[in-house]
Amino acid sequence: MFGFSRSQSIGFVIMLALIATSPFVLYPVFLMKVLCVALFACAFNLLIGYVGLMSFGHAAFYGMGGYLTAHAAKEWGLTPELSILVGGAVGAVLGLLFAWLAIRRQGLYFAMITLALAQMVYFFCLEAPFTGGENGIQQVPRGNLFGIIPLGSDMNMYWTVAGIFIIGFLLLHRVVYSPFGQVLKAIRENEPRAISLGYRTDDYKQIAFVLSATLAGIAGGTKALVFGIATLTDVNFTTSGDVVLITLLGGLGTIFGPVVGALVVVSMENYLAQFGSWVTVTQGAIFVVCVLLFRRGVIGELGGLLKLSL
Amino acid sequence: MGDIILEARGLTRDFLGFVAVNGVDLSVRAGTIHALIGPNGAGKTTCFNLLTKFLPPSKGSIHFNGRDITAMKPAAVARLGLVRSFQISAVFGHLSALENVRVALQRQRGGSYDFWRSERVLQQFDARAMQLLEDVGLADHAGTEAALLPYGRKRALEIATTLALEPKMLLLDEPTAGMAHEDVDRIVQLIRRVRVGRTILMVEHNLSVVEGLCDTITVLTRGRVLAQGDYATVSKNPEVIAAYLGSADA
Ligand SMILES: Nc1ncnc2c1ncn2[C@@H]1O[C@H](COP(=O)(O)OP(=O)(O)O)[C@@H](O)[C@H]1O
Ligand SMILES: [Mg+2]
Repeated sequence: MFGFSRSQSIGFVIMLALIATSPFVLYPVFLMKVLCVALFACAFNLLIGYVGLMSFGHAAFYGMGGYLTAHAAKEWGLTPELSILVGGAVGAVLGLLFAWLAIRRQGLYFAMITLALAQMVYFFCLEAPFTGGENGIQQVPRGNLFGIIPLGSDMNMYWTVAGIFIIGFLLLHRVVYSPFGQVLKAIRENEPRAISLGYRTDDYKQIAFVLSATLAGIAGGTKALVFGIATLTDVNFTTSGDVVLITLLGGLGTIFGPVVGALVVVSMENYLAQFGSWVTVTQGAIFVVCVLLFRRGVIGELGGLLKLSL
Repeated sequence: MGDIILEARGLTRDFLGFVAVNGVDLSVRAGTIHALIGPNGAGKTTCFNLLTKFLPPSKGSIHFNGRDITAMKPAAVARLGLVRSFQISAVFGHLSALENVRVALQRQRGGSYDFWRSERVLQQFDARAMQLLEDVGLADHAGTEAALLPYGRKRALEIATTLALEPKMLLLDEPTAGMAHEDVDRIVQLIRRVRVGRTILMVEHNLSVVEGLCDTITVLTRGRVLAQGDYATVSKNPEVIAAYLGSADA
């Protein structure tokens, strides 16, 4: 099914079962946040895990996706699915621009350029009138899905978010296990060799980058609808850092790693919130411990232990 | 012997004032095995990088198969059928041996941008990939991760991957360096078999390999061509004996 290996199929079924049952046990808004962040991290993982590209600017796609979705829903009155697609489109356009400027650079230079460009996007958001500056875009209506199903109820919104997440997850999985994905992995392993076989590797990296940015935009847009607000937080560089952390924690280059990483980090933020500024410190400490204990991330280590590709 | 397939004129490359390759003229005839030899640091690898456009030349021109490739991108040069290997073995470490070869096959057959299709379509290449692996004696290792293969086998896998592209010309950078005797023999046998219908330019330190295998030899020192000709001629050249055979470890 969908080109999953046996172990991945089992993992996928478990994930579906958890997605289906958890809103009856846990707070749906919390779960929706996990799913949005998970999709964001999965999109990021396509680059770091399968192409070997470290982007430090993914907040730009996530945050701008959020702003544009919020704007489309609130000011243009678009239905939620269209608003989210607008968020994805802005991710794609920005991704194309970022990739065009950064893709020829290697390693740290690539990371620095994406960071610099993302900072420019941040300052744009700070100044541009439509983002509402420090206040952000507030009271964004969730609207009616396809103009019919009202998303005002958390459960309806939850199933919508779950659907978006699953579609995005499957799409990314397909990309990784496609003929194109095979070339991406070859580039990750040895780019000069891929070039010497006649691959225009910059084109492949560019397409992967745009796909990743599009899904990051969709994730950000979805999150904006869930919370009815788009703010500077999501476009801030700390968000770019968080997604790196989440992916490393879960296990980069594994399909479930970013999902597990998102669950762990969002839960931590949620349950540690009562300790105020100690959140960051605790988070940092837990991160250090995890990286020392599970060098390949939680799922990476688990896969290694079971000798499975997860 | 055929016409000239690869020709460089006045090939020059400097790195911040240090001239690594200095006005090299090189003509490789189609169907021959041509050796490029010279002490370490002579500029052999840099020459390969220039010829395959991994580095842009500071000066000079390169023609391959009648086309001026001086301004081309490396991937485009590879598509014309001029395919190189690397001095340090270049395999896709976390892919299996079979997948390594398939990556080359899929480039040739197209469809590599299809991100919406299952990689199962790549199974159409399995039979051909297995054949290529058999040719280099790696049939039993098809499922092994390339990173886990011993060094000699990695080089063999590299050659199988290169051959999958059915290149007109191969550039091999020290294909036997750092190998045990029996591995060297195996690679030499392999080169003998794959040369049919192809041209090979190779950097090689092992002079007995050069003597047995190569039709023409170009000697490079400090970025310049010192001598050119067949083994008997070149090995008698007093300058070569002084500059290369006398000083180098080989
Ligand atoms: N990218 C580079 N930047 C600076 N110097 C280089 C570079 N590549 C090669 N060189 C220098 O050019 C010279 C020739 O190197 P190389 O072509 O690798 O020699 P060979 O392959 O014959 O041993 C060496 O002195 C090396 O240090
Ligand atoms: Mg060299």
